Order: sequence, then structure tokens, then C-alpha cells
Amino acid sequence: MAASSTARSFLQVAATEEVISPLRVVQIEGLVILKIIKHCKEFSPALVTGQLLGLDVGSVLEVTNCFPFPIREEDEEIEADGANYQLEMMRCLREVNVDNNTVGWYQSTILGSYQTVELIETFMNYQENIRRCVCIIYDPSRSNQGVLALKALKLSDSFMELYRANSFTGEKLREKNLSWVDIFEEIPIKVSNSALISAFMTELESDTPVTQCDYDRLQLSSNPYMERNMEFLIECMDDLSMEQQKFQFHYRSLSRQQAQQQTWLQKRRAENMARKAAGEDPLPEEDPTNPIFKPIPEPSRVESFLITNQIANYCNQINGVAGQSFNRLYLMKSLHDN
Amino acid sequence: MAAGDLTVLQFSTQSTANLTAKVHPLVIFNICDCYVRRPDQAERVIGTLLGSVLPDGTVDIRNSYAVPHTESAEQVALDIEYHHNMLVSHQKVNPKEVIVGWYSTGLGVTGGSALIHDFYSREVPNPVHLTVDTGFRNGEGTIRAYVSVNLSLGDRQLAAQFQEIPLDLRMVEAERVGFDILKTMAADKLPTDLEGMEVTMQRLLALIDDIYKYVDDVVEGRVAADNSIGRFISDTVAALPKLTPPAFDKLVNDSLQDQLLLLYLSSITRTQLGLAEKLNTAAQIL
Repeated sequence: MAASSTARSFLQVAATEEVISPLRVVQIEGLVILKIIKHCKEFSPALVTGQLLGLDVGSVLEVTNCFPFPIREEDEEIEADGANYQLEMMRCLREVNVDNNTVGWYQSTILGSYQTVELIETFMNYQENIRRCVCIIYDPSRSNQGVLALKALKLSDSFMELYRANSFTGEKLREKNLSWVDIFEEIPIKVSNSALISAFMTELESDTPVTQCDYDRLQLSSNPYMERNMEFLIECMDDLSMEQQKFQFHYRSLSRQQAQQQTWLQKRRAENMARKAAGEDPLPEEDPTNPIFKPIPEPSRVESFLITNQIANYCNQINGVAGQSFNRLYLMKSLHDN
Repeated sequence: MAAGDLTVLQFSTQSTANLTAKVHPLVIFNICDCYVRRPDQAERVIGTLLGSVLPDGTVDIRNSYAVPHTESAEQVALDIEYHHNMLVSHQKVNPKEVIVGWYSTGLGVTGGSALIHDFYSREVPNPVHLTVDTGFRNGEGTIRAYVSVNLSLGDRQLAAQFQEIPLDLRMVEAERVGFDILKTMAADKLPTDLEGMEVTMQRLLALIDDIYKYVDDVVEGRVAADNSIGRFISDTVAALPKLTPPAFDKLVNDSLQDQLLLLYLSSITRTQLGLAEKLNTAAQIL
């Protein structure tokens, strides 16, 4: 059969690569949100994780179900147990027609302190098997203030390439113009519900004009929360200053080494001139066996980036809560005047 | 049968007199989701309810999972192995959640339900049967809970009766998330702090307006005065702490200043971060 000019041969289609559309929106079902909230709240303040299941459709990542992971103890035998548990759950859920596709994982956090190296490692692990994965972070302590603190995160592509190459020197970063804001990308969340559940919820919605959510928001005491936030912020600043000291130390030793290299080079040149005057062969101007020529490794910047991210997060949270408190205080003031 | 003794049909009600059941919204979400995903030939979905029994006797239903089953006119077959596997998996995460009953979608209790109830009563002493009407047959989604009561005639067991028990739908968690997100079929984004604050304040304003109107109506004689409501309102107003205006102003201003200080601190920190970033990556050893 002659292929027309518009039809492409099988070989051509197989050869063209799929264009991966960038992830724009994460669509979560109400069921998943409730499950995540329940799991995180039950075990707070311990941190828990779980697996997300769903479908990857175009530029939307749909999350349709999830299941929690049991709290893992640090034991080698339990590692196999954990994998078994996962397989068992996925198999059982498949039998009741739940989407069997892993699209990421969720974890709980306290006051937004989730930027750790383990998170990046987990991302890289997942990314090897799944083309697109997302991590959902839920903060139960913030949700007590009446805000649904749910975030969907993804590692940015440029950061992933650098991490794979394991090179975090200042030069490479400057090349790619990568700064600490570029590590994590936050993706907007959309919520969807099936028609049946929406009918039930409409009916079960209480008739009272004020809900629990409002009581939480109008609570006047936000001091304990702010205090904890400040404590975490101060600790982070300590960590950041330690990292910066490491850099300073590195720079100082680098410049010291360069000075040493210069003096050695001058000595060699003087020696060579003396030798030339005596008619002998000049010695090479480089000596790779000399320890002062050994390149000093530059400390990785990942830690400092992560800490910077965390600090920025705390600052944002403080701003948010302060805004709410202003509202409440002015409200109280006007009520009292009346 | 011996003549003379009057045998009376006994309803043993004492054990179920105080039993109530509490259902969390997650269970309803789970059931609806399983119903929507059921295989084409099944008419209804059956599953296990997990939870705990509180010290005062109420059954707290917190979680659930569907169990595949096959049903025909005469018999019902439940996949018991699947049920046990899921139970073990769930208990790995939360060992405190045990079986408290089972659910099925559909309005009434059918003949096959008695058999399934029998099976569950072998696992748990007094299982609760929850029916969720996903067909909206009465024009509304009825959710009902039953326990099985034995009807005995003298010493002989006659039948088991499904007796309805009061059901408490604790929607507190759903309220926390916000019904606007859970009610609509698609919510475009999660509300931020300030938007939520706005909504709350509007609701508060509406409430205050209502109370104002009510008090006005009562004073002008348009509405009959209800003493209990009046007492309630006066209690609420009296609950405002009595502070002299200067003391109150000082309190409010102190809090305002604290918040402003924190805001200033966080802005400084961010500026510092921006500067440090530029210095760290821009520095080169020449």
C-alpha cells in the first residue's frame, strides 16, 4: 500500500520522540485530600508518608487515590516487608478497579520544614521509574489555623540535571543561572470530585452559617505558632551561618594554596635560570606530585540552598499568619468600640 | 410442644438500647468512590468498616475498604481472602483500627445481607451494618445503620432482625477542609489565607446582622420574644471581657506591634538571603 504524503510510515512515527508537555496542574480528588489529612493528623507530631496513585494525562497529573505507609523502623528485615506491603496494597486496590499507577508520594511536615536532602534523593529515585512524579506536602500544624496547607512540589529539570552530574560548584551554577528558588517548583492544585460524592456532600452540608473552619480562623491566639516558627527560623539561621563558614574556610584555603603555588613557581624559575646559566636542562615548571598542587574540592552548595529555601518558607508563613492576625485585631478593635 | 406455658416472642433490646454509631466523612467518600468504580455487572458494592468502639459504647467508624463479591439470586459469595489481606495491610499502618461492621450500597436490607452479616458477626461480636443509598431513591441519599437483633421464641432462635440505630455524621473534618472544595465537581484552586479570612469575616458579619435584625424585631414587637434566645444573646454579649478603653487599646496595640516586628524581621531576613545569594555565587577566585 503506497503511503500518501500525509500518512507517516510506522518507522517514522516510532522514531519521533514524544514531546513531554510540562506539568501545569495537579488535579486531586477530595477523597485523597481527606485521606491525607486523616493520616497526617492521626500520627502528628510524627512525620508520616504515603503513596499517591493516579493517572498522567497530558499536562495534568490526576491523583485519584492514595494509601499510607506504615511507620518504618530502621531495620534491614523490615525493608523487604515495606516493599511487600506496597505490592500487596497495589494488587488489592487493582482488584477494586482503583488506578494502579504510582504518580508520587505525600508526606507530612511540621511548620514547613521539609526541604532536606532526603527529599531530593527520594525524588531522584522516583524519577528513574516514573516519568512524572509529584510530592504533596501537608502541614497539620498550619491547618489548625484554618488554612488548608497543601502543596504540590516537583524538582525543576535544570536542578535534576545538575544533581545527576553531582557537580555543584559555583561556576556551573552561574552558568545555568540557577539560584535557590529554582530547586523546587510548586504546582497549582485543582480539586475535583465525582458527581455522586458532590451530591452527598451538598446534602450533608450543615445548615449552620458558620463552620468549624471559621472558628479556627477567628481564634485570637496565634502566639504559640509564631513562637515555634521563630524558633525554627533561628535554628535555620545558625545552620546557614555554619554553611557560610565552611565556604569562607574553603576560600581561605584556596587562596593560601594559590599563594603557595606562586612561591613554589618562582623558586622553580629561579632554579631554572641558575641551571641555564650552568648549562643543564631546565626542570619542568609543574610538579603534579607536590601536594600544594592538589585541587581542593569545593563544598557542595546543596545544603545551603536547601536551608535558604527553608528560611524563605518560614518567612512566608510568618507573613501569612501576621496578615491574618492584623485582620483579627482590627476586627476586635472595631467590635469593642461598638 | 408442652401446653400451658405461654411462649412470648422476645425482642432482646437491652444490648442495643444505647448503641449509636458515628461516621466520619472519609467513609462516605470511600464508599462513593468504590461504587463509582464497581465492575459493570455488579449492582451494589459491599465492604468492611474499620474503626473502634469508644468507652461509652458508641461505635466510631473511621475507615473502610471494598471487598469484591459475586451475587446471584440465591447466593452471595464474598472474597474472604481479599478481606483478610486488606485487613492485615491496614492494620500495619494503624493497629488500633479494627473491624466494626460492614457496608453495602442500596436502600434497604436484602435477604443476602443476613448471610453476610452472619459472616461478619463471626469476626466481631456485634457488627454494625451501614447502608448508603447511592441511587437516591427517596429523593435524598439516605445513610442508615443497623445492628442485628435476635428474635427468639421461648428457647428457640427464630430469625434475626435488623434494627436501626441512631447515626451521627461527624462532618467536622469535612468542615475543616471546607465544603466549597468538597461540594463542587471542580474547584480551581485552594483558597489562600487571606481569601479564607475574607469569607469568614463575611459570614460573621451576616450573623451579626441577623442578630441585630432579630433584636430590633423583638423590641418593636414584630416577633414574639423568645426568652431563651434573649438570655443566650445577653450571655454572649456579657462574655466580652470588661476592660477599660485605655487597657484595651494598650492590649491591641501591643499585639499589633508584635506582629509588625515579626513582619519586619522576616522582610529583613529575605533581603539578607537575596544579598547572600548574590555574594556566594558571584564570588570567584581570580
